[in-house]
Amino acid sequence: MPTPPLLALHGVCKRFGVVEVLTDIELEIRAGEVVALLGDNGAGKSTLVKAISGVTPADRGVIRWEGRTVHIKRPHDARDLGIATVYQDLALCGNLDVVGNVYLGREIRRFGFLDEVEMERRTRHLLEGLTRSIPDLRAPVVSLSSGQRQTVAIARSLLGDPRLLLLDEPTAALGFDQTTEVLDLVDQFRDRGLGVLLISHNMGDVKALADRAAVLRLGRNNGFFNVSTASQEQIISSVTGATENVPRRMAHREAGW
Amino acid sequence: MVKGMRNMADDTQPEPAAPTAKTRQPHRGQAVTRAVQGWGAVVRRKVRAGELGSLPVVLVLVTVWIIFQALNENFLSPRNLSNLSVDIVGTGLIAVGIVFVLLLGELDLSVGSISGLAAAVFAVLNVNNGVPEWLALIVAVLAGTAAGTVQGYSFARTRVPAFVVTLAGLLTWNGFMLSILGTSGTINLDENGLVAKLTSYYFTHDGVAYGVAAGAAGVVFLVSHQDRRRRKAVGMPHRSLRGIAARSGALAVIALAAAYVLNRFQGLPLALLLFLVLVAGLDVVLRRTHYGRQVYALGGGVEAARRASLSVTRVRTAVLAVSGTMAAVGGLFLASRITSVSQNSGSGILLLNAIAAAVIGGASLFGGRGSPWNAVLGILIIQSIASGMSITDTPTAVQFIITGGVLFAAVVIDSLSRRSHEAHGRA
Ligand SMILES: Nc1ncnc2c1ncn2[C@@H]1O[C@H](COP(=O)(O)OP(=O)(O)O)[C@@H](O)[C@H]1O
Ligand SMILES: [Mg+2]
Repeated sequence: MPTPPLLALHGVCKRFGVVEVLTDIELEIRAGEVVALLGDNGAGKSTLVKAISGVTPADRGVIRWEGRTVHIKRPHDARDLGIATVYQDLALCGNLDVVGNVYLGREIRRFGFLDEVEMERRTRHLLEGLTRSIPDLRAPVVSLSSGQRQTVAIARSLLGDPRLLLLDEPTAALGFDQTTEVLDLVDQFRDRGLGVLLISHNMGDVKALADRAAVLRLGRNNGFFNVSTASQEQIISSVTGATENVPRRMAHREAGW
Repeated sequence: MVKGMRNMADDTQPEPAAPTAKTRQPHRGQAVTRAVQGWGAVVRRKVRAGELGSLPVVLVLVTVWIIFQALNENFLSPRNLSNLSVDIVGTGLIAVGIVFVLLLGELDLSVGSISGLAAAVFAVLNVNNGVPEWLALIVAVLAGTAAGTVQGYSFARTRVPAFVVTLAGLLTWNGFMLSILGTSGTINLDENGLVAKLTSYYFTHDGVAYGVAAGAAGVVFLVSHQDRRRRKAVGMPHRSLRGIAARSGALAVIALAAAYVLNRFQGLPLALLLFLVLVAGLDVVLRRTHYGRQVYALGGGVEAARRASLSVTRVRTAVLAVSGTMAAVGGLFLASRITSVSQNSGSGILLLNAIAAAVIGGASLFGGRGSPWNAVLGILIIQSIASGMSITDTPTAVQFIITGGVLFAAVVIDSLSRRSHEAHGRA
């Protein structure tokens, strides 16, 4: 029997008021695999990420973790499973310093008090594995550049050895060097056996990095692609809606998976 | 290494000047000029980044003191300063609670009423019903905690802004107080009782004030030294021993000078000691505990805190519970100062002074930035102005206008420093 995927979504729906933002979403992510999640602005990518991470739980649908049905109702549930998220807006506390943000909600204590020394030491160690330009660990996060903030958010997500990483447009605000740095990291995560869901608008990065791509369009699945075999044009036309919904999706599922 | 150095507001060694001094052997005067320039650069950077900390507030306080001393030489007399140190305690404790609420970016308008309610609960239980003082005191404080908790929970659950919930509280608790006091009007407290002693007891032995001053500086030194040792052991950036010594030494000098002045009147006031111990304790709670970290996190971004699995409802409730508790404690000190409780307890300018103290002292109205020590500085400024005005026979009207001006300046500084914080990417 093949091992079940790390995460599998079946028929996930989410509505805000009367607007159905996600409709019957299917998605599978395996360990050691990078899945690109593609779609136009407003397609529902971030909403899907937040449904998986428990920030705005799904209304309907089944979520399976290693084949087991799980209920993710709040961020805590996702964290306990080993799902870590880098949100599009990063979700950092601007007034806290780097160490405070990395360890927020998971502080190390010593005699009941925060162990700042140990947290700072581990934060430095963590950041050294991520970037060459380590920010001032005691500066409030508002005073950092957007690239440094991105690094802090990624460092934060890696705490506690997650098994699945959700990265919502992690390179959107970055320059060339930092983008390369982040993409190299994603490569490393895959090699370490993590599952990665990567949202990006850069087709070149997706082609270079992802194993598979899932396309969302207007809150529905609009195709699954094996990145090594599908052409860039095929994927782009699926994103823009030049190719339509259901039949292609089934066809590609069989071909690509 | 240098890049990772901690930001030290009191950094004694100007880093920028150091490399030049090493590479060449400059003329001595030149080196001094460089050092001064380097120091100036550090200060300029910190001013621009809004990182000056409490320095501007301290300067305001010093200015106020100089002005009033010039107007009346009794202002800085041991008697007046000693009285000042007791007068700040009641309102100061309430302001400490306000700092907690400000850290969330919210306001608590009920603290005046809660302080009056607590005083009334104590007076009615103890004086009218013969309940032992210690028990009445505990019940009074818990009444404040309960009132704060109710408000906090309502605020957290309904998401109505705290200032609205506590505005309702202001009226409600005031009504409770009036109904508890009934027709009795003013209740006089036992002049020799526990609560009266809170503000009338002085440690007349000189050794106590000096001991406390030296002890406090010693503790600060030991804690920083311990921190330095641990950092050094794992090869992390740490403060220099000289820096730590200078810092603790400066604290010792200030504390011992204060002790000297207090000893020249009646010694260390119990009220001041309790106030400082409480403030120091709450400062540690905020900076060094999981609870405190959650409070700051909520002030920095509720959504970020929520996504980090923090219990927003619980923290919000707990913060208003703290401010209710501190209001009650402050109310008891205020009652102690006049040894009576009346229908006017906790009314009038008290609420505004408590909020103004927190803000003038440097707690941000926008949440996420502030410390209980801000309340101490702020109430010192407000009470100094009040005391100086009364010593120089200036009408209350002028006192209000001046305090208002200081408050306005504080709010503007807060707003500007927040903006520069955001604009200042220090990459
Ligand atoms: N909290 C919300 N309330 C109402 N509508 C929302 C909310 N969050 C997202 N939406 C809507 O859902 C749609 C998808 O948004 P989003 O998931 O952010 O898209 P993407 O990340 O793919 O650009 C958009 O039309 C957006 O307006
Ligand atoms: Mg998005």
